[in-house]
Amino acid sequence: MIATLEDKQYTTLNLGPTHPATHGIFQNVLTLDGEQIIDAEQTIGYIHRAFEKIAEHRPFYQITPLTDRLNYCSSPINNIGWHMTVEKLLGVKTSKRVDYMRIILMELARITDHLVCNSVIGVDSGALTGFIYVFQEREKVYEIYEEVSGARLTTNMGRIGGFERDLSPKAVKKIREFLDHLPKVLHEFEKLLMRNRIFMDRTIGVGPISGERALNYGFTGPNLRAAGVDYDVRVMTPYSSYDDFEFTIPVGTQGDTYDRFCVRQQEIWESVKLVRNALENLPEGNFHVDVPQFFLPPKEEVYSKMEALIWHFKIVMGEIEVPVGEVYHSVEGGNGELGFYLVSDGGRTPYRLHFRRPGFIYYQAYPEMIRGGVLSDAILTMSSMNVIAGELDA
Amino acid sequence: MENSFIIDKLYKAFGQDILKMDTSSDILAFTVACPVIHEVICFLKENENMNFNFLTDLCGIHYPDRGLPLGVVYHLHNMAENKRLRIKTFVTLNDPNIPTVTDLFSSANWMERETYDFYGIVFTGHPNLKRILNVEYMDFFPMRKEYPLEDPTREDKDDRYFGR
Repeated sequence: MIATLEDKQYTTLNLGPTHPATHGIFQNVLTLDGEQIIDAEQTIGYIHRAFEKIAEHRPFYQITPLTDRLNYCSSPINNIGWHMTVEKLLGVKTSKRVDYMRIILMELARITDHLVCNSVIGVDSGALTGFIYVFQEREKVYEIYEEVSGARLTTNMGRIGGFERDLSPKAVKKIREFLDHLPKVLHEFEKLLMRNRIFMDRTIGVGPISGERALNYGFTGPNLRAAGVDYDVRVMTPYSSYDDFEFTIPVGTQGDTYDRFCVRQQEIWESVKLVRNALENLPEGNFHVDVPQFFLPPKEEVYSKMEALIWHFKIVMGEIEVPVGEVYHSVEGGNGELGFYLVSDGGRTPYRLHFRRPGFIYYQAYPEMIRGGVLSDAILTMSSMNVIAGELDA
Repeated sequence: MENSFIIDKLYKAFGQDILKMDTSSDILAFTVACPVIHEVICFLKENENMNFNFLTDLCGIHYPDRGLPLGVVYHLHNMAENKRLRIKTFVTLNDPNIPTVTDLFSSANWMERETYDFYGIVFTGHPNLKRILNVEYMDFFPMRKEYPLEDPTREDKDDRYFGR
């Protein structure tokens, strides 16, 4: 029987919550006509952990581990973004050395974030090789994190006012080795996908969004730039001395999956340049600024010096003065503008802390982007949007 | 774009509905009366001199001791001139209705749902106002200050030991 338009039946398909192709816990209830997507309804919140509520009960320095778990592909950016928010509230000005160290680590984090996202686009279009290959490079960055902070994925990196320790010679050596080796790998990775006929056919024109719609949907980061809007927090509102460096902001034109891939790929090159420049020009000085109210003194001094003991006690027991006020600070995260809206009532913990999670805001455009396309393209669109479950659900 | 220009324009258009202005924080902030919030945001977005066409953030806040305890904070951004603006509006617990801005910004959809989910602020005119991060059968609004972080019936934990 040939169905007329009125009694046409659609298939309902549950994509997720735990589906290997969604790379995280998201559910999409798709309405399909054959293989074509008519509509999609998203359900999120599967790994909601109430970070904003928890943050209202924690002193400032204990909130850093919460930020680790937002976009866990680039934790150092979240950590450092949070430290800078508190510094903005306190009116602390960091030294150039701290700024440059932060740039090095944030750009390394951006490289890993983009590497994961782009290689996963490859996986979803059928090329597993590139994924495994660039993950070796990601591993090297994780070893650098380990050298700097002692942790790999949830880094809890840095402190309010700087870092807990200086970049060790071993860390510097590892960064240099990484910078020397990465371009070769990147070239090979690009050769594999960038002009690959199959990859181009699978990604060009898939999941497009116009610049105007992207702005209306609150897009930021590479996804917005792929749609042709040259907004980058690092340039627009330079923080952490980004204005000392010269770098290019790559911009796409179509806002489709291929453009998002290319923008990220180009950003990796820019990040490599930035890390190299920051490392070459790393100024001498202290690895943290003088904020005794927030920066825990070295343990050996706590045991031997009276003043260090007092500060340690004050920080841990929460007897420090915090200014009353509210600040909004944003950094260019791996996938967009990561903002922290902090309201302080002078208490030990934030009165209110809101994370502006880029992934949460732009993921709502997903149904609009995949409507009319086919199911296999929807998978590619999702991975090219770089939606991270931890950040989505906070 | 100067602060004084925005202040001038906004007061000219909404005079008595602007309840408070704050120039001391990092971003110029206004508190406006709840009924005109949609008009204010619309004016800021669509007036050619203003052009705040990007909604950076929308979130709730709760001050239990105030006469109007529940609030919504909007962060707007004029990308062309790189100017940010913070708009706040407050409502009572009994009548927590605020006009939606989803018709102006598609991005407001989930942010308003999140605010409803955690604070119980009802955005009138919202196309699909239901819980987003919490389970649907939850019968309270967990980010309000009166709700404790942990299960209050637990006896094995004493808040005093955790510096709270």
